[in-house]
Amino acid sequence: MRALASLFCGFMFGWGLFISGMIRPDKVLGFLDVLAIPSGNWDPSLAVVMAAALAVTGVGYALARRRTPLFESQNQWPTQTAIDRPLIAGSVLFGVGWGLVGLCPGPALENLATLSPGVIIFVIAMAVGMIAFHLWEVRSAAPAGRLWRPRPRPPRTAKARI
Amino acid sequence: MANFTPISAAIGGALIGLSAVLLMRLNGRIAGITGIFAGLIEPQSTEWAWRATFIVGLVAAPLSAALIGYTVPVPQMPPSLAIITAAGLLVGFGTRLSNGCTSGHGICGSARLSPRSITATGIFMVAAMIVVALTRHVVGG
Repeated sequence: MRALASLFCGFMFGWGLFISGMIRPDKVLGFLDVLAIPSGNWDPSLAVVMAAALAVTGVGYALARRRTPLFESQNQWPTQTAIDRPLIAGSVLFGVGWGLVGLCPGPALENLATLSPGVIIFVIAMAVGMIAFHLWEVRSAAPAGRLWRPRPRPPRTAKARI
Repeated sequence: MANFTPISAAIGGALIGLSAVLLMRLNGRIAGITGIFAGLIEPQSTEWAWRATFIVGLVAAPLSAALIGYTVPVPQMPPSLAIITAAGLLVGFGTRLSNGCTSGHGICGSARLSPRSITATGIFMVAAMIVVALTRHVVGG
């Protein structure tokens, strides 16, 4: 049931990106191009998408806080609150990549449906970047005195489930 | 603002929000694409099934749109393979380092009024705007 529920959510998310036009890198870049404001060629659509999504999610999450999910024992809310160097550096790197092409992870994956060679290359590079981070995170774990630590992973026990 | 499409943007945005709320109400999970996708491809990944079906649903959306008669535009990508590759690497590494992208920080985290997510969103928006300003108005002319 969890997989089916998630399939439906992914499908709805994809339709949201499609209808709003945010699946299109050129439309996203049209928003990011703030120097086009004086000439009247700026496209504020992404701001409207964000505002609508935030309004629905804000209300929905507030209501969800007091309830347990249907197919799980409890909600998994993010626990990190630190505004630290990895957050800032990671956001800068992501922003630079996003600005270069106009694709962030959601629309990039969704655009695989178009079989565009450029998108396929982008997604492969994105996956490589994620795995590279993972390997770097594993290597740099342990030493003390670091500014940040990787998220702790649950210990793996052989007979955890019976 | 000839390209501004406020109505479809509002409808699409509401659908994205609804999807995020549903995923929390049904599965108790945050609809962050970076986390969902990274959990699929990194070793030691857990909860493979629901992550995979979410991505399948995401890709199925434009296919179903094409089936019922919508035109799914071919994405306009830069001609340079080097730029596409560099951008992909930056997006992949950066979103993992900061633990979220436009969906995780931009929508889910910001909707919870998380200062961490709002900071991340502000930074990646400004960084992307600077890059677009440089590539379109300084370098590209």
